[in-house]
Amino acid sequence: MLVIKSSFLSKALVLIPVFLFSISCTESDEEPMPVTDDFDRELMLINWVDNIIIPSYKNYVLKLEGFRSKALTFSQSPEASGLTELRMAWLDAYIAWQRVSMFEIGKAEAITIRNFTNIFPTDVSGIESSIDDGNYNLELPSKNDEQGFPALDYLINGSGVDDYAIVKTFANNDAYGKYVNDVLDRMYGMATAVVTDWEGGYKTSFVNNSGSSGTSSVDKVINDYLFYYEKYLRAGKIGIPAGVFSSSPIPGSAEAIYHKGASKKLFLAGLEAVQDFFNGKAFDSSSTANSLKAYLEYLETQKDGQDLTELINNQFNSARTFAEGLDDDFSTQVSTDNIKMLTTYDQLQKVVVLLKVDMLQALNVQVDFVDADGD
Amino acid sequence: MFKSIENRLSKPTEAAPLAVFRILFGFVMLVSLIRFSAYGWIEKLYILPQMHFTYYGFHWVKPLGNYSYLLFFVCTVSTVFVMLGYKYRLASIFFFLSFTYIELIDKTTYLNHYYFISLLSFLLIFLPANTYYSLDAKKNENVRFQYIPQWNIWVIMLLLGIVYFYSGLAKINSEWMLKAMPLKIWLPSKYNFPLLGDLFQKEWIAYAFSWSGMIYDLSIVFLLLWRNTRTLAFIVVVFFHLLTSALFPIGMFPYIMILSTLIFFDSSFHHKFLSRLSFLFRINKSLFDNGALKHRKKNFPQQVKGFMLISFFAINILFPFRYLLYPGELFWTEEGYRFSWRVMLMEKTGYAQFKVLDKDSGKQFYINNTDYLTAFQEKQMSTQPDFMLQYAQYLNKELSSQGQSNLAIYVDSYVALNGMGSKVYINPELDLLTVEDSFEHKNWIRNFED
Repeated sequence: MLVIKSSFLSKALVLIPVFLFSISCTESDEEPMPVTDDFDRELMLINWVDNIIIPSYKNYVLKLEGFRSKALTFSQSPEASGLTELRMAWLDAYIAWQRVSMFEIGKAEAITIRNFTNIFPTDVSGIESSIDDGNYNLELPSKNDEQGFPALDYLINGSGVDDYAIVKTFANNDAYGKYVNDVLDRMYGMATAVVTDWEGGYKTSFVNNSGSSGTSSVDKVINDYLFYYEKYLRAGKIGIPAGVFSSSPIPGSAEAIYHKGASKKLFLAGLEAVQDFFNGKAFDSSSTANSLKAYLEYLETQKDGQDLTELINNQFNSARTFAEGLDDDFSTQVSTDNIKMLTTYDQLQKVVVLLKVDMLQALNVQVDFVDADGD
Repeated sequence: MFKSIENRLSKPTEAAPLAVFRILFGFVMLVSLIRFSAYGWIEKLYILPQMHFTYYGFHWVKPLGNYSYLLFFVCTVSTVFVMLGYKYRLASIFFFLSFTYIELIDKTTYLNHYYFISLLSFLLIFLPANTYYSLDAKKNENVRFQYIPQWNIWVIMLLLGIVYFYSGLAKINSEWMLKAMPLKIWLPSKYNFPLLGDLFQKEWIAYAFSWSGMIYDLSIVFLLLWRNTRTLAFIVVVFFHLLTSALFPIGMFPYIMILSTLIFFDSSFHHKFLSRLSFLFRINKSLFDNGALKHRKKNFPQQVKGFMLISFFAINILFPFRYLLYPGELFWTEEGYRFSWRVMLMEKTGYAQFKVLDKDSGKQFYINNTDYLTAFQEKQMSTQPDFMLQYAQYLNKELSSQGQSNLAIYVDSYVALNGMGSKVYINPELDLLTVEDSFEHKNWIRNFED
């Protein structure tokens, strides 16, 4: 296709007049056309903030509030019925988290909210000794695997052999309830700080930074988005438990291992969030506009004669179909039939290529912005 | 005829242009190096990476760890010496060696203009750039000459000419001229560029930029050589380089080129420049205007020097054409791509995932590239086959030292070139540990047309 070695010069020289002619033509045709043919990145940023990021975060905060009140009730009077409600609230909030985890930007990035909210596997012995000791500082980075949803998963699903034993754990020792409340306070504090920041000045500076440099909001969000997809969704939830990076499966590294029935739900919520973001789908509404999808459509990006956006959505859908066939609990899945898990991983992997190679090239976004000279 | 060429080459000419060139070159290199270290790039590019991608044949070049700072210090000090013309010969040798060593540590950072600086600084070792307006000449009357043989100026013009003309030749390809690629991808994303942002959205502007860039590169040296067009040509040089500098992250390169092209101006211009400098720094310029001519000696070292310079240019003229010896699409395989003045010629994005197979147990796993490479290295690696091969060998070494042996390493790689959609890049069935890097064609790169 690129004919570089043929005697191109001669052909090229012939083309000069043709080229000059075509310029003069387009110029004269240009007059009546308004200058609106550039994709408005600012509108896309506004859509992301107003319709996706802030509503998703507010929803997450709301779910955390519900979770907190259940936790308070349960810690004051540990009972089996309260435990069931607590677990439902935990799962609700955990699912809501899947819709915000990818937006590690601004305040969320500054406080590294993800590291304190969803690092798994959780450090059970660390949690137990912290509870024993009663003297812990959850703000320390070294404590990030002793808090967040995975720690709560252990405490409310795994701190006893059965429900009776778990209730007894909490009933016998107030420190357990206190730990749960402390972890939740911290999660809630971080989440509200992020929302406050977005609604304060950050939104304006985020939207105004609509340029195309490596440090612009669009480039940063896309890079964060891809980083989340590759590292947390693809590798963290599927690849690592399936042993993609380690030669044999690691059931203990799946998400929500103590609940034993939530990892698929959480993964599917994460996948949906990622796809919705690509399509620019507003939170709690079906409106899609001013999105990466719209941007690519505006650029008419194609691959092998097909719209790239269609290929990306098809591949997301295909990954979902495979994931839906998995066991509700991924640690069970990798122990019984890891092939299914690996197949799902392969489907997720194909999206990476489409997003990271094809989409980024079309949008001229630099992956992993490198602060160095080019030529 | 040979005699007349020799006469023209050795014809006396003012040394001032070469002296100005030396001063400006030293100065702009000094600024470049200070900028480089101020950005923290020494640590980021030469100390933090766990491994370095060395050039074929230069695997003996090792990173210096914390001594990298010393290397940069030596390099920086030598620019000052070059600028002042103090112990010039030694300083220019030190600059060439230290700068080139830095560049050889890791090809991740390869830039055409770094290569240009290495070549230029090599050339400067052999030029009498300290005979005029230098500390050497001030201190020692025996090396003080107002006039030098003409060829000393011409070789710099020739090198600049090669850089421009070859980068123009490289632009004569169907992608650049018929599809306006990659500018058609790059320009629209500069939509918020002052005044021109809207214009960059138009397709024709990408064509106009592509074609005028090509014509600029091919013709600029001739326009600079011809007295009647010289001033206009220089204005174009300034405009062209400042525009590219504003559009693309190309660092100091535009300024280096703008200052370098001053060599084309008459000596009267350079005398004026030095008079201003003399006024500013209270330097006695008249000391150097001694009317003395540096004669060419016809001894053995001079003959060796002549031979070296002729070989230097012969290599520079031929080397960029080595790509013709390789089959396949140059932009795709990049065999013969570097060191050929192919500047801003393509948009290439890649993704490479390495699979390690333990041949004994049959178990396999994927590599997380960020465990071994910096973001910059991963980015360069994922579009260039020689990087991938070196990385696979490095992984094997690392994993073997962790007790894993008898491995096979495969790569799943996808590359998109000039917005044409990603394709499989390297044969995914190939155990990369079974191939050695060489100058031979890498037949394990998938054909671009497939």
